[in-house]
Amino acid sequence: MSTDSDRGERPPQTPPQAPAGATDADEEAAEGRVYTASGEDWDEFVAQNEAHDFQSGERLVLNMGPQHPSTHGVLRLVLTLEGETVDEVRASIGYLHTGIEKNMEYRTWTQGVTFCTRMDYLMPFFNEATYCLAVERLLGIEDRIPERAQIIRVLLMEFNRVSSHLQGIGPMGMELGATTIFLQGLRMRERILDLYELITGLRMNHGFIRPGGVAQDLPPGALDKIREFLDVAPRFYRDLRKLIDANPVFIARTKGVAYLDLAGCMALGITGPMLRSTGLPWDLRKSQPYCGYQTYDFEVPTTDTCDAYGRYVIRMDEIDESLKIVKQCVDRLAERGPGGTNSAGKDLDPVMIQDAKIGWPARLSLGPDGLGPSPEHIAHIMGQSMEALIHHFKLITEGFRVPAGQVYAATESARGELGAHVVSDGGTRPYRVHFRDPSFSNLQSVAAICEGGQVADIIPAIASIDPVMGGVDR
Amino acid sequence: MSENSDSNGSTNLPARLGEERLAEPVVRHGMFGVDTTGDTSGYGRLRIHEQAPIESQRPYGGYFDEIADSLGMSDAIERVVVDRGELTFHVKRDRLPELARKLRDDPALRFELCMGVSGVHYPRDTGAELHAVYHFVSITYNRRVRVEVSTPDSDRHLPSLTGVYPTCNWHERETWDFFGIIFDGHPALTRIEMPDDWKGHPQRKDYPLGGIPVEYRGATIPPPDERRHYQ
Repeated sequence: MSTDSDRGERPPQTPPQAPAGATDADEEAAEGRVYTASGEDWDEFVAQNEAHDFQSGERLVLNMGPQHPSTHGVLRLVLTLEGETVDEVRASIGYLHTGIEKNMEYRTWTQGVTFCTRMDYLMPFFNEATYCLAVERLLGIEDRIPERAQIIRVLLMEFNRVSSHLQGIGPMGMELGATTIFLQGLRMRERILDLYELITGLRMNHGFIRPGGVAQDLPPGALDKIREFLDVAPRFYRDLRKLIDANPVFIARTKGVAYLDLAGCMALGITGPMLRSTGLPWDLRKSQPYCGYQTYDFEVPTTDTCDAYGRYVIRMDEIDESLKIVKQCVDRLAERGPGGTNSAGKDLDPVMIQDAKIGWPARLSLGPDGLGPSPEHIAHIMGQSMEALIHHFKLITEGFRVPAGQVYAATESARGELGAHVVSDGGTRPYRVHFRDPSFSNLQSVAAICEGGQVADIIPAIASIDPVMGGVDR
Repeated sequence: MSENSDSNGSTNLPARLGEERLAEPVVRHGMFGVDTTGDTSGYGRLRIHEQAPIESQRPYGGYFDEIADSLGMSDAIERVVVDRGELTFHVKRDRLPELARKLRDDPALRFELCMGVSGVHYPRDTGAELHAVYHFVSITYNRRVRVEVSTPDSDRHLPSLTGVYPTCNWHERETWDFFGIIFDGHPALTRIEMPDDWKGHPQRKDYPLGGIPVEYRGATIPPPDERRHYQ
């Protein structure tokens, strides 16, 4: 028999029933009076409870999230309030757990990039780069990654730092009630996302950085587009700083809020802008360089205010520094001349390791039906060399083997140390991949920076941690 | 870290290819470990050979010897591995908090930051199936070290490090959630990523991918491990 739900209609909903009297009484005996407000019923709620006066000094347990516009994603906070003062905060996570680490164990090493780029969706290039650095160290090919690929990686990572910080600062403004900050921040970010789209084809979830290099060279004209952006970026940047830096409302909401000093950061394993807001210039790009960061000229901004405002200033300064690095990358790429593959299928300035047993046959070209393997490569494997076809097929479907062992590779991502603990058993798939996501560790500090403060301060405090739940829950 | 891979990498990279590697026993066949029906995946002839455990001898190279000298505690350390420019101490589980405290407090070590714990399940490592891997960073000396602890599956207890490094709180909850390792002394060892009433620990190797049936528009789709043989 067909029912209403089979036809796609919702069954008639019964209005929510008040719990039976006995349960109510039990609950109240245990926890004091329980008020239940489930949304869109505030008038009824007030009408029902008019008789009870809300006693002052009463402890109120309030559930904030997981669907709340100011929690930066599906983060759930359980607050215990005494009046306006926050007595206790417990963060509850896991609402965005997707099993990425488990899934990666069932795909080849290269396919792992497709998964890990989706973890912290605001900084996909850092996820990809960290994973690829780990795989490359496992393979022992760190020194053989082409220079051009490293420059493109740095370029993308620094663009990503800018876009991620803008997505951190913009919504922070919106959560404090300022739509203009949000729109101005996203306006600049949108220009960077356009560049991502030009370079990788996608605005997020790129899968562009691969073990051994990057998927393909920058498309023709990309450097000009990047230069165009670098010309207008200072204006966007100046406008944002003018809008926020001395804004009295912003300062009142963020200065002295969410205080966490160096000892607290050390104990809680906090890295990134939060750690640098205590005055410690700890940045893996300087202290343990990777991808050739030691050859770039940039500063590590710090403040010593330990508060939400200081973290905002650091993020802003880092945007400036990152754009400097991008400019250096563009200059270097322009100096090197054209890269990629010429019409004869020969690599001019390779972006993938010159090792046919590892390097993805990344000779892509734009055809009438979209991006795909270049016609020369197809002609070679389909018409000229049976061995090349077998080799292509084996590498694509089965993947390459990685010698057994374990490594830990770390990068300084937009939010702090992003580490990948990768274990191989010698097979064609990862044995175990664990990501030490900075959002996960930094979010632990929410109790330390919110307790004892005002309820309203929770919003700038969370925004100053800048957690991304996709990275927290993976 | 890369400066060490030059000095140690070539000798410690398990680049034992060809005959030597093929002489080791086969631990796994195929891509997905099919063993009940005919393998239709096309990967049936893939073989994964067992790797003998590495044990490095002194000198470890670089700053690794300094760490080992300052740490001492040779009775607590079962094995030292220097591989791909990274230093690993395999530690007896009951000595872990003592060792971590020394790593943090000793002026010659000063590993201020703990990068959390990552579990690994080795079902073939009889008597030490579950491993917990800790990464430490010293900001003072700009160094890294890895500490690995193992516990048998039948008695999967490890001492908690939350007393030494409070950051381990959530990381240990995650490892309990995914591997079932019980961290004794943890203030509130509850599930963190999976729902509170979840059965099983999903990252273990005996837990299949998917693992639960999916209901969609009135039909039930069996879990992937019952559709095709993934292991």
